[in-house]
Amino acid sequence: MSAVPPWLDDLLWTYRNVVVSLGVNGLLALSMYAVLAAGQLSLGQAAFMGLGAYASALLTLRAGLPFWAVLPLSPLVPVGFALLVGGPTLRLSGIYLAIATIGLGEVLRAVYLNLDVLGGALGLSGIPESAPLWLIFALLAVALLAFWRLGRSRIGRAMEAMREDETAALAMGINVRRYRLATLLASAALAGLAGALSAHATDFIGPNDYGFEPAVAILSFALLGGVGSPLAPVLGAFLLTLLPEALRGFADLRLVLNGVVIVLAVLFLPRGLLAWRMRRRAA
Amino acid sequence: MTLLALRGLSRHYAGVIAVDRVDLEVPARGVHAVIGPNGAGKTTLFNLISGLVAPSGGTIALDGADVTRLPADARARLGIARTFQNIRLFGAMTVLENALAGLHARLSASFGAILLGLPRFRREERNAVARAREALALVGLERRAEERAAVLSYGEARRLEIARAMAGAPRLLLLDEPAAGLNPAETVTLASLIRVIVEAGTTVLLVEHDVKFVMGLSDSVCVLNFGRRIFHGTPADARADPEVIAAYLGPPPAGPAA
Repeated sequence: MSAVPPWLDDLLWTYRNVVVSLGVNGLLALSMYAVLAAGQLSLGQAAFMGLGAYASALLTLRAGLPFWAVLPLSPLVPVGFALLVGGPTLRLSGIYLAIATIGLGEVLRAVYLNLDVLGGALGLSGIPESAPLWLIFALLAVALLAFWRLGRSRIGRAMEAMREDETAALAMGINVRRYRLATLLASAALAGLAGALSAHATDFIGPNDYGFEPAVAILSFALLGGVGSPLAPVLGAFLLTLLPEALRGFADLRLVLNGVVIVLAVLFLPRGLLAWRMRRRAA
Repeated sequence: MTLLALRGLSRHYAGVIAVDRVDLEVPARGVHAVIGPNGAGKTTLFNLISGLVAPSGGTIALDGADVTRLPADARARLGIARTFQNIRLFGAMTVLENALAGLHARLSASFGAILLGLPRFRREERNAVARAREALALVGLERRAEERAAVLSYGEARRLEIARAMAGAPRLLLLDEPAAGLNPAETVTLASLIRVIVEAGTTVLLVEHDVKFVMGLSDSVCVLNFGRRIFHGTPADARADPEVIAAYLGPPPAGPAA
């Protein structure tokens, strides 16, 4: 884009990967927020991201579709899987959904590794870098605004009520099962979108990009930031993306850092860094 | 006219019969009470009516329509509201937001209207906030509207539960031991609050231990013992019924005339 001043252009080129990660991780943090805000724990965000990434890469590389057609199509695959998993798992509550979604991630990793059409252990490379930076951040902004608006309506109130007391929420006429399924689907769609964007911003995807380790990293965005408002998990994602860059020498310790952050956040900041709670009404 | 009709309603728990073939007709309008000793099945009966527990047998009809198979949230949308014996507020939400949650089923702005912040949605929210404030004013909590529900005192929390249940203007309000833990002054306030609610057209069905409270307030009394209905009639007749006296009330205190 010609409107960008030269110094910013330089910065973006030097740190392109970090900038992409900021936007993508912001979207993943919102995907996590969608389920947590309704009182569920899912660890399937990385799996949904992987489905979006692989679907988009296949549509581009094998079907030859243009990026603008691929982007809206690829979240449909993780949404389909969420529907499939959602039926049985939503009857499960609490920790069981988390376990079922970990299972989904591991099953998918084995599938990516063993299917030749998906590149096996080598993954898929040569994906055109057709996702512009501005688009990633525009979508993040739109998603944030959507969560903000919904959070201040009966939908946000119903979700927080479910999180606080599911039985009382039922007695208020809140269709708890429908809300659970809807939040899981929204979460899968956002993660799938993030996957498609990152696949088309980095040119390579591999089966290990979407396993248990990134799933925990995505959870730590929300644990660090908090879930009092949609801004909080995005802040957590930004911090956890930038921190390893600032501590480049310790890059190998990124996993340790994530673990330490989760432990510290749970112990000392149970409501996250941004504990502020948004208002649940628009008038 | 009958608002709520229970026919042969039962609930078994692994060999224990909590509610045993109970028939009950609750007329529209008025205050109706279910009393009985501990473990008589009163709370199970409420959970059956509100749909939180599925019956082992029998039927439940609201205004002539069979609701036996409907889940709890669907029954709430048909106008059955309730409070809980062990108060269940949304503690992290404000007092006003709790009342707004009670209005959930009355709000209809579409997903798109909310996302775009259309005037239709904003108008609905303004009306909802006004109605929620009215419900809070009914129980005298309007000045606590912006505080978190978790900071309320026990008596205030009980009143907020009633406001939350009333916000949606239900047809039937189930109160599960509303006077439990209240001091005498609060109990008097509660009785007049219930009268106001009934005047406004909502039928009240309550479970209560405080016999004096029930007898002074209720138009009809249903007495349960070991899950079975042993009496249904006016409070005055309940006082004179030998089976009710034996099971629950005990003999009247010896007066000067005795």
